[in-house]
Amino acid sequence: MMSAILKTDKLRVEFKSREFRQPAKVALGGLDLEVNAGEVFGFLGPNGAGKTTTMNVLLGFIPPTRGTAYLFGIDVRQPIARQRIGYLPELTYYYKFLTAEELLRFYAKIFGLPRAEADQRIDQLLKLVELESARKRPIKSYSKGMQQRVGLAQALINNPDLLILDEPTSGLDPLGRMKVREIIQRLKNEGKTVFFSSHELGEVETVCDRVAIIHQGELKVVGRVNTIMESYPTLEKAFLNIIGYQPQLAP
Amino acid sequence: MKTIFALAGVVIKELYRRKDFYVLFILTILICVIMASVNIYHDNEVIRYIKALCLLLIWISSLVIAITTTARQIPAEREQRTLLPLLAKPLTRTQLIFGKFLGCWLACGLVLICFYTFFGVLAATREHTWPLLNYFQAASLHWFTLGVVIAMTLLGSLVFAAPSSNSTICFVVVGTILCVGRYLDTVALKMTEPLRSIVYAIYYAIPHLEWAFGMRNLIVHDWPLIGWSFVGLDALYLAGYTIIFLLAACLVFRRKAVN
Repeated sequence: MMSAILKTDKLRVEFKSREFRQPAKVALGGLDLEVNAGEVFGFLGPNGAGKTTTMNVLLGFIPPTRGTAYLFGIDVRQPIARQRIGYLPELTYYYKFLTAEELLRFYAKIFGLPRAEADQRIDQLLKLVELESARKRPIKSYSKGMQQRVGLAQALINNPDLLILDEPTSGLDPLGRMKVREIIQRLKNEGKTVFFSSHELGEVETVCDRVAIIHQGELKVVGRVNTIMESYPTLEKAFLNIIGYQPQLAP
Repeated sequence: MKTIFALAGVVIKELYRRKDFYVLFILTILICVIMASVNIYHDNEVIRYIKALCLLLIWISSLVIAITTTARQIPAEREQRTLLPLLAKPLTRTQLIFGKFLGCWLACGLVLICFYTFFGVLAATREHTWPLLNYFQAASLHWFTLGVVIAMTLLGSLVFAAPSSNSTICFVVVGTILCVGRYLDTVALKMTEPLRSIVYAIYYAIPHLEWAFGMRNLIVHDWPLIGWSFVGLDALYLAGYTIIFLLAACLVFRRKAVN
């Protein structure tokens, strides 16, 4: 039997309106989701669907209005729930005045890794994300792709069992995307669980075992990629149909 | 505690890798050296004025460094989105606030060591004396005062959206306390109720940073050392206000959504 290491139970998030007497905006309306150990799980939805809100709740950034979320069976409101996870946010500009090595050492200290273990881990990760030659250079001199890869390295510093990636290939060129995809593939081979959101449906199709599609805060479908694609030629067609997109044809 | 020190380490690195501190330090040195090299009216007592001006410059520079460095800490983390991977680690928001505070406070401590060493050398070239204990008393209370200012600015950075508005408000508040804080009770005496009670309440509520600010006179006029118990009490008084501001910052930050 598969064990769920990420679980949401009727998760509801409402944002109060700043306008007087306006109803609260429902970002998530009772989301039930389970991600099993060792799988790569794609979390899909159009912009504003509630993907980032779900991640924000999972990471303890915002409290849920109702419902609960668990990581490794621990309520996400407890900081210890984040001990075994790695997180890569979308478009982050890491401390410009630090080098990649210093950045990773800083995050290693946050996790309380002993010096020798941190050194070993930093070497491994810089090799994995192909930043060995730039390890002593300040991050301000890095390209966007390099910054994203250093972000991926920081997410892996604690050798996490669960990786949460928010649009990891956003804004990257095809080469950068391919490198990130290769890293995710390698992590999958190592048995890590990866939960990631993306708009690149081609890459989701390539690397994901299962996907969930949400729209307007509601879970529309969850299942294996090939099962969802049974009636459609591509995942993109399936996605557009599931969210109810009607193409506007010219007269 | 390791987490707090790790956070503080990044703040210290930021201070010495940015140019703000060097600009202010070199500017202060230049002004003071030029002042000290001119023997106005061939008056040997002029060194007191130079020392007073030099210490005033050191106070202004240290306040500028403390407020501007602190004011940008959390807003920059939000803007650059580094707050997200940071809070996604097993780190509490209270640890983050304390780490930022410790980093800024230690960085300001290093800045003060540089400034007071320079001041000591400058004064020694003219007076040929090294009143080290006087310097220690003045510098340590100066450092504790900066602790209050840093904690207050950190709280402000969670309340006000822009670092510039927070910095301006903090400069105005600190400047007002230093200049008129000690006279508020006298002003209150001349007022009618209910204004009198309000001004009295303000007088007792504000942190009286001017006591440590007045320690400059100890060095300027070569006064004898003040009792260590008084220094300790003032340090405790300032530490109390620092803790109050830090706890308020933790409360505000805990309620804030991070997204």
